[in-house]
Amino acid sequence: MAEPPVIRVEGIRNQFGSQVVHDGLDLEVRKAEILAIVGGSGTGKSVLLRTIVGLIRPAAGRIEVFGTDMGKAGAKERQRVETRWGLLFQDGALFSSLTVAQNVQVPMREHLDLSQPLMDDLAALKIAMAGLPPDAGSKYPSELSGGMRKRAGLARALALDPDLIFLDEPTAGLDPIGAAAFDQLIRRLQRNLGLTVVMVTHDLDTLYAVCDRIAVLAEKRVLVVGPMSEMLQVEHPWVHEYFHGPRARAAQDSLAATSVAAGGTAS
Amino acid sequence: MAEAFWLEEKNGEGDRLIFEAGGAWDVRHAGGLERRLRNVHPPATRNVTFDITAVERLDTAGAWLLHRVIKSFGEAGIVIEYAGVRPEHKVMLEQVAAADRPAEVPPKPSGSLVEILARLGAGTLEAVEEMRQVVGFFGRVMVVLAGTLVRPHRLRFTALVSHMEHVGFNALPIVGLLSFLIGVVLAYQGAVVLQRFGAEIFVVNLIAISVLREIGILLTAIVVAGRSGSAFAAAIGSMMVHEEVDAMRTLGLDPMEVLVLPRLLALAITMPLLAFFADMMGLLGGGIMCWAVLDIAPTVYLERLGDAVGIWSFWTGMIKAPVFGIIIAVVGCLEGFRVSGSAESVGRQTTRAVVTSLFLVIVADAMFSIFFAKVGV
Repeated sequence: MAEPPVIRVEGIRNQFGSQVVHDGLDLEVRKAEILAIVGGSGTGKSVLLRTIVGLIRPAAGRIEVFGTDMGKAGAKERQRVETRWGLLFQDGALFSSLTVAQNVQVPMREHLDLSQPLMDDLAALKIAMAGLPPDAGSKYPSELSGGMRKRAGLARALALDPDLIFLDEPTAGLDPIGAAAFDQLIRRLQRNLGLTVVMVTHDLDTLYAVCDRIAVLAEKRVLVVGPMSEMLQVEHPWVHEYFHGPRARAAQDSLAATSVAAGGTAS
Repeated sequence: MAEAFWLEEKNGEGDRLIFEAGGAWDVRHAGGLERRLRNVHPPATRNVTFDITAVERLDTAGAWLLHRVIKSFGEAGIVIEYAGVRPEHKVMLEQVAAADRPAEVPPKPSGSLVEILARLGAGTLEAVEEMRQVVGFFGRVMVVLAGTLVRPHRLRFTALVSHMEHVGFNALPIVGLLSFLIGVVLAYQGAVVLQRFGAEIFVVNLIAISVLREIGILLTAIVVAGRSGSAFAAAIGSMMVHEEVDAMRTLGLDPMEVLVLPRLLALAITMPLLAFFADMMGLLGGGIMCWAVLDIAPTVYLERLGDAVGIWSFWTGMIKAPVFGIIIAVVGCLEGFRVSGSAESVGRQTTRAVVTSLFLVIVADAMFSIFFAKVGV
């Protein structure tokens, strides 16, 4: 890979009190790929995500995003990196006192000098791109369903046209149809906008449908990284159980079925 | 080119006009791009070419601005051609065009006289509705209370004791300190005026009557409304936001019984105790000040205190205490239940809890005054 990685995490150590979550964790995220982070409960998937975006300071290790060492970067450098990424929290984490459109405009207002009509236009554009109906913009988060809140959160994450987005369990709590639609949305946005996507997910359908590579967290570090086909070869008991369990087989079958169906109509 | 982005007009063959765009057409330069494009108006020619070969970076914001100009040209009846569109830019432009739709602009408040009147009317209706709800809620609480009196084992005793500790015991320092200071202030202010008439001994009457009848209990009510009324509203409000109250209902628990009753009883029980403590601290503060400023010895002060006030001065204060406690608890819990959805709503209802309960406490205090005057105590 000639191009430098978008994110390079080296030797991260995270601990809360006496409980060590990560120890010597390494991870690289390449440009324009969709990387999924999976792992059992309590293996620190969300902690890793929060560490990369700087919400948690690691006890040791180095995090480089877009070639900037986030540990050593000054406030200005950090901000420059921060405007290049977007983050979708698990339940959207929308500001409840603002409408969806105002939520999307928050980062624009903070970091850019744009006129209000242009911000309105851009907010409407992002809301449409996230697959929300036009009237969603003037609604408050409490008036939206869980799936719509996620889409609104995604619209806000896309507000500054980031190069990199982080998704924390994007399909958790969505119905299968909504989850599949969200998968497709992420895939489409990733292709069209050339995004790099890092997501924490448990959704095997998502893993099969959209992810380029998968990083498995276990034993306080990233155990293996690779595409789905490699995951199936891994001998580690947890990984094996995860990718060969009944649910994994079902997801695999459904994907095979859809690709066969698609192939059938194409030929 | 020094600029990060540019757009130039050139004349092509015939009447064709060529716009050459270049540089970074992205969200970071969107402000500047917008100002630049404001000067671009649909030209008089029929044919226009947009050459975006030199555009290095095009994101959705840049594509949107480009799309907007081209749309306005199209509406003016101009035939537009693109030139030098890279595949990734083509995708971006298509993406933006697909997402273009009329934005819904919410109606802005006009601020006219009608608007002001409408808001006044809505506010009045809301206030009336709130009073109705307070009365209705109070009735429901009384029903639950009656049910609990019949079956005392249904009372959450642990919760009651815990709330009594929070609203009563933990409030002792602040209530005591404030009452003490008010006693000091009363004695000092009274002394300054009454000394002029040589009637400084009546400072004791002043302190005794004002502290026992009004100040002790009112001060307690203010502190408790601020400390506990708000805490009730915030606690129940955030439980509403997290659907805990709904969960309770589905599990067959009555939120009135689980949440409201222990709080209500805790305040009804601890308010008289707090008010008594406030009375004593107020009298202590006044006594110390009398001794320090007016040379009234503690023994004289106590003797004078006994002569000055009848036992009813003390009881008129104490009778009010449980009533004020119930008002604060009912309003605090009700405002908590009125929280809907957002975190902001929790803050709003918490403020309302304090304001409304203080208002009602003072109204009740005025009614007590009239009543006590009529019955002559």
